[in-house]
Amino acid sequence: MRRPSTRAANAPYRLPPPLFDARCRACWWTAATLALVLASFWTLDLRWSQFVSLAALRSMGRFIGEFFPPDASPEFLAKVVRGTWETLAMSALGTLLAAGAGVLLAVPASRMHAGDAARLRTPTRLLLNALRAVPELVWAALLLMAAGLGPFAGTLALAVHTSGVLGRLFAESLENAPPGPGAALRAQGVGSARVFLYATLPQVLPQLISYTLYRWENNIRAAAVLGVVGAGGLGQLLAFHMGLFHMGKTATILVAMLVLVAAVDALSYGARRVTTR
Amino acid sequence: MPALARSTHRAPDRDPAWLGRLFWLCAAVVVLWPLAAATEFKPWLLFDARSLGVAGRFLRGFWPPAHSPDFLVLAASEAWRTVAIATAGLTLALLLAVPATLLSTHVLSVSALSGRMARGPFWVRQSVRWALVVLRSVPELVWALVFVRVVGLGPTAGVLAIALTYGGMLGKVYGEILESGEAHATETLLRNGSSRLQAFLFGLLPQNAAELTSYTVYRWECAIRSSVVLGFVGAGGLGQLLDGSMKMFNGGEVLTMLCVFVLLVALADRMSAGLRTSLG
Repeated sequence: MRRPSTRAANAPYRLPPPLFDARCRACWWTAATLALVLASFWTLDLRWSQFVSLAALRSMGRFIGEFFPPDASPEFLAKVVRGTWETLAMSALGTLLAAGAGVLLAVPASRMHAGDAARLRTPTRLLLNALRAVPELVWAALLLMAAGLGPFAGTLALAVHTSGVLGRLFAESLENAPPGPGAALRAQGVGSARVFLYATLPQVLPQLISYTLYRWENNIRAAAVLGVVGAGGLGQLLAFHMGLFHMGKTATILVAMLVLVAAVDALSYGARRVTTR
Repeated sequence: MPALARSTHRAPDRDPAWLGRLFWLCAAVVVLWPLAAATEFKPWLLFDARSLGVAGRFLRGFWPPAHSPDFLVLAASEAWRTVAIATAGLTLALLLAVPATLLSTHVLSVSALSGRMARGPFWVRQSVRWALVVLRSVPELVWALVFVRVVGLGPTAGVLAIALTYGGMLGKVYGEILESGEAHATETLLRNGSSRLQAFLFGLLPQNAAELTSYTVYRWECAIRSSVVLGFVGAGGLGQLLDGSMKMFNGGEVLTMLCVFVLLVALADRMSAGLRTSLG
């Protein structure tokens, strides 16, 4: 029997693919996503009625209206400026401490050369992951018990979380450093501490610094809100005045936060444009 | 045979760079001092007998972690609520971000096909973009604080906070992704008379679908993290439970919940990484 030719003059008419095919992975993912979204809306007791009803809209309007006029008295502005400076100081000191701790943790967490047994690599990486997984705000809430209310707890919280992040990034860049100079020194019998200081560290230092600056940028944003659990900075002012329904003062603090975040964004954007050109 | 030439360089008695080192040390102190003063940096307070006592009692309470069946069920249900808040928030964020992206993408401009974009469409696009930047630059925690005031304690505030912040973030990044790609196919479609929506669906979207999806999945993972944090200001989920246990100094419950949280984040991380690599 002759098989019909598969090559027709015109492209043979093909049926559209079936809408759902059990072997199609994308279909399964789409179905799973839809199920997740539906289940989320189903199980959360969302109170839309409270939010979209006329009364709610009116109370929302009143709430926004209370923000005006923002409190611009000189003594309060001085307080906000002090809060902003505290936020910046928290983020800078926290990042600096984290960079130090990150280097100290990255050394045991990386395999420096092929013959390195690196026994501490797995446990140190687990520790770094644990430090990183818990957000700054949770660390701040935990550290408040030991360090008391105020910016010190916030600084420590930023330092702890960021040392997890930076330690991991630093370990990656230490492992990816070109092995040549280190191998040359080791072949001369130089000890591993001096190999690290004179061969590995100078090669990766620019990268470590750029990671640290990137995290600093993130930490300024984080430090601004860290205070809502009582850990200093603009956030603490915000939580305090919002709790007392000082809406004008709250508006001023919100504006200060927005300006701080926008300034950091603009600076980092500008710096990146200048350095990568 | 000449004797080995004696080196004319003797090791210096003093560190030749001592002046520079001293200078940088002093400079570091001068810079760090105000920072330390502003942050009330007093590490010795940590080892003060009273704070050691409090922290020690709290830490001793960590073991054993709370493991009664009731509490585990509660923790699991709150973990699900955390995921649900993140998912619902991200869905609403998409409802905000997708139209904003369509409105603000330069590639989809018909008037820009022939030189400069007309003034009206240009300003519409620019103002949508600014609105997205404003939405994005208010931290989600601040949105949550505001919405807790308006709609009361509970997940609604968290969902709305995530929706607004992530809507801004997604809209801005979607626009950047769409504009960084090759515009040729889209332009050809527009030139040949297809509508903007058709040009988007058949030109722009297929090119960038993988990248867009991968960024969305990554943001979903971030939303799970931040919905835990939002719980601390009363927006429901694991964070609110954690906050309560911390205020009661119940170390065992705190430890269990931290473990649940770390597991949740690791799971979301693994899932999103797998999904993103399968998308390529």
